[in-house]
Amino acid sequence: MQLTAKHREYWSKNLRITAFLLFIWFVVTFVMAYYARPLNEFNFFGWPFAFYMAAQGSLIIYVVIIWFYARYMNNLDREYDVHEGEE
Amino acid sequence: MAAGPANTPTNVFTATSQKSFNQQLKKVYTWYTGGFVVFVIALAILERMGLPRNWIGYIFLLATVGLYAGIGVMSRTSDAAEYYVAGRRVPALFNGMATGADWMSAASFIGMAGTLYLTGYGGLAFIMGWTGGYCLVALFLAPYLRKFGQFTIPDFLGARYGGHIPRFIGIVAAILCSFTYVVAQIYGVGIITTRLTGVAFELGIFLGLGGILVCSFLGGMRAVTWTQVAQYIILIIAYLIPVVWLSVKHTGIPVPQLVYGKVLDKVTAREQQLIDDPKEKEVRAIFKARADDANAKIKGLPGSFDAEKAALAKRVDDLKAANAPEDQIRAAQEAAAKAPASVDAAKAAWTKDAGTAARAAPPLRHAEAYPGKDDAARDTSRRNFLALVFCLMVGTAALPHILMRYYTTPSVKEARESVFWSLFFIFLLYFTAPALAVLVKYDVYTLLVGSEFAKLPQWVASWSRVDPTLLSIVDVNRDGIVQLAEIAIGGDIVVLATPEIAGLPYVISGLVAAGGLAAALSTADGLLLTIANALSHDFYYKMLDPNAPTARRVMISKILLLVVALAAASVAAQKPADILFLVSAAFSLAAAAFFPALVLGIFWKRANKWGATLGMIAGLGITFYYMATTQPWLRSVFGVTSSIADNTWWGIAPIAAGLWGVPLGFIVIIIVSLLTPAPDRDTQDLVEHVRYPNLAGDTMSTVGT
Repeated sequence: MQLTAKHREYWSKNLRITAFLLFIWFVVTFVMAYYARPLNEFNFFGWPFAFYMAAQGSLIIYVVIIWFYARYMNNLDREYDVHEGEE
Repeated sequence: MAAGPANTPTNVFTATSQKSFNQQLKKVYTWYTGGFVVFVIALAILERMGLPRNWIGYIFLLATVGLYAGIGVMSRTSDAAEYYVAGRRVPALFNGMATGADWMSAASFIGMAGTLYLTGYGGLAFIMGWTGGYCLVALFLAPYLRKFGQFTIPDFLGARYGGHIPRFIGIVAAILCSFTYVVAQIYGVGIITTRLTGVAFELGIFLGLGGILVCSFLGGMRAVTWTQVAQYIILIIAYLIPVVWLSVKHTGIPVPQLVYGKVLDKVTAREQQLIDDPKEKEVRAIFKARADDANAKIKGLPGSFDAEKAALAKRVDDLKAANAPEDQIRAAQEAAAKAPASVDAAKAAWTKDAGTAARAAPPLRHAEAYPGKDDAARDTSRRNFLALVFCLMVGTAALPHILMRYYTTPSVKEARESVFWSLFFIFLLYFTAPALAVLVKYDVYTLLVGSEFAKLPQWVASWSRVDPTLLSIVDVNRDGIVQLAEIAIGGDIVVLATPEIAGLPYVISGLVAAGGLAAALSTADGLLLTIANALSHDFYYKMLDPNAPTARRVMISKILLLVVALAAASVAAQKPADILFLVSAAFSLAAAAFFPALVLGIFWKRANKWGATLGMIAGLGITFYYMATTQPWLRSVFGVTSSIADNTWWGIAPIAAGLWGVPLGFIVIIIVSLLTPAPDRDTQDLVEHVRYPNLAGDTMSTVGT
């Protein structure tokens, strides 16, 4: 099977968005939690900030990451004509 | 082999009818939800009219288990694609709900809020770990596995890396993680059934097992999917109602997730009061003295045993000689009679007393991250938190019973959307659990602490009678007032007692138990299918008898399901200790065994058979080795004698052993693959095939039938 330049471009775009979203995931999860003690000094609508992030904020960001990835890739499939037939 | 998912031979739905199927499902489940709400309201009215409590329990148990069995009977099938992957036509939204129920186990439903109550910020590792893992599922696995489109996770390892060895390791790892997990679920089923109806634990297990089996035995993945959707709806309603009510009680606003920050603020202020309160200090000092005394006696064994016996006898004599009041003499006699009868019994009793040292500590600050006595302790606590989050996340993205669910969607596009729906439905429960923990804590700290022993709230009396390990309050300093240090609380009570704390009728308590049952049953269903399929499809069909006809494959799968279920139930009936550890261990083991091989299999064409084989063995091996040398129960099983401290690396607890296994797996796969020949052309084509949802000129078809 021969891949065209367009196919390679599709895959590299996929890798780029994957790396980008993974970076956000990493910062939200590990960097935020690493600095939890100083971040807890800020008050966020009543919550200490690091507590809020671990209990709710990061979860919302995870949901958004997955939602965005699905939307981005489904559009990319069409743009590069690798989408599946209509259901 | 069929050309694509939209027209597999078994899919009777044509292009347009996937849409009408979706609409029909929405209609059915909307009616179902409405019907369930009406059912609960009707029971509430019957309760008002005087229906006894244990009847409510029986009705809930029979109605829900009967419902799941009914769905199983309606979806019975012996077609392979239907049995293994529900015909690959589960719409994204419904697959999301089914994954949510599959994912959230008895531990999530009942244990999580309790863990958060007891450990505060530290418990949030579970909240983040068990949700953030879905980012890895979405970005690295789900769409590609769907394109590959066979039946199991070992299928992918077998096809991508070639030969039976990677597949076989996959089978072993899948069974290892799933079996311990399913034992815990069945154990949970037994506990909940016992609570709900009062039947014996063993009977409870087999009643629940009946519900699981009718469903998965008759209809495989198809029946399990539609049952899990029904179970998700019950469990989320059951979880949210009491929390909303409790939130109205304390804040006046029915959206606990938005407003508990203010409550947390009050809890934090109250914690400081309780830390400084002289009466609290007095109780803590009593526990400290008891523990010190017990420790001294343990050190003095066996001499201290005789001394203790003599001292108790002497006190009786002294009191008699001094003509003390009758009740004092009787108390001293009772104390003497209750004293341990042998040196071993004394040691056991005193070790238990020494354990009260934990209760001598001031209350933990709920929102404080990484508490510790000095910087080194805080650093270790932080390292373990981060390591645990890592293992839970990677483990989430490697557990076969979850990944398998993404084979069931109609297309790659829907697989991506389905991960979104999965996490969304899981999120609804997971962002509520921390709110519940804080609200219950506020209730206990402000209403229970400081109340008089003579006027304890109703729920306290009833729960401490039911099960003293869940709640026991003793007036340690005899001042007639409840101090926080006098309350011993078990985590599970947080969810179970919330309806009563919030002042809801008993029918809601029954609903919560039914929700816990739904959570345990749905997870057990998915796990049993995973194990049975690994044995029947991967081991029997792919490795032993590749010419077996479809009907025989499905039949063997059903028989194995029965055998595995009975084996798991008999293990659970023995109430094994350390079950919780085994469940969390499953995440580290799955992470180390599957994640590197699956991800590199998709993202790195050069990864080959020997790299994957050795990488999986190395990852699994080091994870298991670390647990076996640092976890007390496993150490005793394997007879490890060297000290725990010597075997601990970097202060990491055994639960997060995957921290070593996952990177080692990646490293070994990369190094060994580079040292051995690249995979052949066909394998590289397979990688291209899974990377593109639809590739012009690609004639390969991997979709299993």
